[in-house]
Amino acid sequence: MIAALGLVVGIVLGILLQPSVPLALQPYLPIAVVAALDATFGALRAYLDGVFDDRVFFVSFLSNVVIAALIVYLGDRLGVGNQLSTGVVVVLGIRIFTNVAAIRRHIFHA
Amino acid sequence: MPDHARPPDGTDRPAESAGVGAGRTRRPSRGSLLVALLLALLGFAMVVQLRTTASSTPYAGARRDDLVQLLDSLDSASSRAESQISDLQATQRQLEGSSTKTRSALQQARKEATTLAILSGSIGATGPGVEIRIDDPAGQVGAATMLNVVEELRDAGAEAIQVNDSVRVVAQTYFADTVNAISIDGTPVTAPYTLKAVGDPQTLSVAASFPGGLKDVVESLGGSVSVTPMDRVDITALSVRRDPDYAVPAS
Repeated sequence: MIAALGLVVGIVLGILLQPSVPLALQPYLPIAVVAALDATFGALRAYLDGVFDDRVFFVSFLSNVVIAALIVYLGDRLGVGNQLSTGVVVVLGIRIFTNVAAIRRHIFHA
Repeated sequence: MPDHARPPDGTDRPAESAGVGAGRTRRPSRGSLLVALLLALLGFAMVVQLRTTASSTPYAGARRDDLVQLLDSLDSASSRAESQISDLQATQRQLEGSSTKTRSALQQARKEATTLAILSGSIGATGPGVEIRIDDPAGQVGAATMLNVVEELRDAGAEAIQVNDSVRVVAQTYFADTVNAISIDGTPVTAPYTLKAVGDPQTLSVAASFPGGLKDVVESLGGSVSVTPMDRVDITALSVRRDPDYAVPAS
């Protein structure tokens, strides 16, 4: 409940404050958002499985975001930023799909 | 399905299985506040990113490679456009040059046409000149004398000549004696004769009155001549139009 409230508060804050993304962060923010989504869906699935742990969620959330941004940063330095960020998005997307499938099975039993 | 109940790869989730005992807690502990904070961060970042994507120009998020490629294609497009511009400018200069040439040729042709029209007597003429009046009470002044007068005027540079305001004297004009008059180009002209000529008034006057010239000849025939230099002589008579039947331009 508090988690959902936090999400809503974050969205409202984003809408109200209308901050602009620093130029240095612009290539990494989308990837970080996707990584955070992956962690969040994973947490939701774990919650439905009854194995949720907020410490694990905290660590996986932050490490997901940091690693995703790091991979893209590294790719940019190596000159394969485009391909690598595509790869990261694909991998994260697959995981999101898998997690959502598990969540769906929990909710709809199908 | 292998992932029926377990997370797919578990690389970053093994601790979730380990934390079974700690899960499903509902009290607003520090942990759930942390979760709420993270989710708030996620929502915030998501909204910010959506705004950035929606509001930014298509190139704001583009990578350096893409931008370089884009710049390259723009460069080549602009160099193509520049070469087109220089081509078109060359064409423009060419056209301007030819149009200037055409215009000056046209001007030249108009001037020539005017000159020829004055010389052939197809349009009126005006300018400084003389008026010569020949009285001939004795009826002795004939075509030959009139021809002499015209020749003297031509010799003095007369550019347009008319007789009695009715006949224009041009290159093809003929003079013939008839019973009571002189026929000039078929038009009978009777005394007193009034010749008007456009040219330098001084020269024309001298040509008409030098000793032994026109004046003396007419006076010896019993007539009298008066020469009046004028600042402005209007030649209004037009010559008979003659289209050549036989002559065609050579070459």
